[in-house]
Amino acid sequence: MKKRNRIAVIAAACLMALGLTACGNGGDNNSSTASTGSNSAVSSTASTADVSGKVTMSGSTSMEKFCSALIESLKEVYPNIQATAEYTGSGAGVEAVTKKTVDIGNASRALTDEEKAGGLEENIVAIDGIAVVTDKNNTATNLTQQQLSDIYTGKITNWSEVGGPDEAIVVIGREAGSGTRSAFEEILGIEDQCAYAQEVDSTGGVMAKVASTPGAIGYVSLDVIDDSVLTLQLDGVDATEENIKSGDYKLSRPFVMATNGPISEQSEAVQAIFEFINSDAGQEVIKSVGLISAK
Amino acid sequence: MDSQVKQKEKVSILYSHKTKSMVERTANIIFFVCAVVAIVAVFAITIYMIYSGAPALFKVGIVDILFNPVWAPTAEDPSFGILYVILTSIVATSLAILIGVPIALMTAVFLSEIANTKLAAIVKPAVELLAGIPSVVYGLLGVLMINPVMYKLEKWIFADDPNHQFTGGANLISAVLVLAIMILPTVINVSETSLRAVPQQYRSSSLALGASKIQTIFRVTIPSAKSGIITGVVLGIGRALGEAMAIVFVCGNSVNLPFPFNSVRTLTTAIVAEMGYASGLHRQVLFTIGLILFAFIMIINILLNTILKKGGKQDDK
Repeated sequence: MKKRNRIAVIAAACLMALGLTACGNGGDNNSSTASTGSNSAVSSTASTADVSGKVTMSGSTSMEKFCSALIESLKEVYPNIQATAEYTGSGAGVEAVTKKTVDIGNASRALTDEEKAGGLEENIVAIDGIAVVTDKNNTATNLTQQQLSDIYTGKITNWSEVGGPDEAIVVIGREAGSGTRSAFEEILGIEDQCAYAQEVDSTGGVMAKVASTPGAIGYVSLDVIDDSVLTLQLDGVDATEENIKSGDYKLSRPFVMATNGPISEQSEAVQAIFEFINSDAGQEVIKSVGLISAK
Repeated sequence: MDSQVKQKEKVSILYSHKTKSMVERTANIIFFVCAVVAIVAVFAITIYMIYSGAPALFKVGIVDILFNPVWAPTAEDPSFGILYVILTSIVATSLAILIGVPIALMTAVFLSEIANTKLAAIVKPAVELLAGIPSVVYGLLGVLMINPVMYKLEKWIFADDPNHQFTGGANLISAVLVLAIMILPTVINVSETSLRAVPQQYRSSSLALGASKIQTIFRVTIPSAKSGIITGVVLGIGRALGEAMAIVFVCGNSVNLPFPFNSVRTLTTAIVAEMGYASGLHRQVLFTIGLILFAFIMIINILLNTILKKGGKQDDK
């Protein structure tokens, strides 16, 4: 018994010693890489690290995904800016920035003339575009906004009524809480009037269901459409980035980050955020959450 | 000398009563700890479900959640009624049990009473394989195989009905069919075990009295195995009520009354479908739905257990 114990103790001691040396090496390595890392960081982003301050945002719930992605990548470039966002709704966000209780008011709609007259600056940072898709075999190619509303509210139930084949329309949409759904219903003005035949909980799910169901219609973010489905025109306009930017394709909405007064009058940190959005890294964020650049 | 020491070491565990009692005690402690894990888990889940599900129940109002058919969680004036959702869960589970249990029971009888060993050797692994298939695969198969057939049927039945909303085959029947197949292995396995446990003398006595084989099965063997079969059915109900992944693909997921060709949403799919982007009160209500589902399964378990015990007592008389 005693012998065994002794052996065990020696073995343990050896292991610990090994571990210590390993740790020591690791520590050395780390410190050396850290020092070189910070050197390069200082040289390349000396100006961005200097900018510090707090930025508060509040507003649209649809912009939650975009804002959290923005704040996350902002930290990498401007480590000393503390940006926080609340998601209270577009109206509440605009009101808050008007009263100057927050620095930036997020709105997933264009500002009204009244709001602009109050001194707000409408900074469109991105555009949310939605495509209407049907299954491959559909012969309908174009819908008017009214027809689209009627289809989703259940007034039109057959494709033959809108220039398609004699086929029942299977109305597919997203689940409550989805940003795409709220955007789609908001733009068409049919909030909570939609009669969905199927509610699917992901963009990919909508694409798959539409592609496999004859007579199906669905809506998805513009960036995911592919050859498995047919993308419809709206009021005779193709769903493309150019048409959305020019304002011809109506199924889109701007993401506005409103400031009280022009950006140049804002704090350094707020200005830095807009600079970041316009930089390549910021545009990458916009693309990564499926939005269209406003530039 | 050496050999003596060796012998002593060999038998030390068996014969030293100190080590023996230590082994016994350690084993006892290990068993106790394992048993406690299950109890702690049940209590933790119960407390957590009540803690996270109850607030919304009172914020929205019990009546406004349980007896209100309108589900519009993101509306300007939100409404969190899950009456249709609860009804759907009840109807879908009952129908799945109605379809699945007879098939499962017959299969169990076939396996334990009728099939020869060769045939049983084919059927038994098939049933076990059915139990091992992940539920999401059942869902995908439902989308590929049941939904298209349902859509054709739907088009044929409702061809002249302008008021029917076409769902592309994603409806209550599809969900029920998938559930019915999913509960088969559970019910078959438990029923078969209990059928096999029926003493051979019962069958022999029945046959000796002149009853045919089928009469023996239905009058003697199945009644004797009743409690085991009911346990299987209870487990089947639990599985059907709690299944989410398989039916979220095939049920359509719109909140509607549970009619055969309606797109429907069950308690489980209501949680799965909207958890992703739900926030605030909407999210809390989803937890409440979880709590209601939990309560449902508890109630069913307790009810059937008491029925079982009563049945058992009657048998004893």
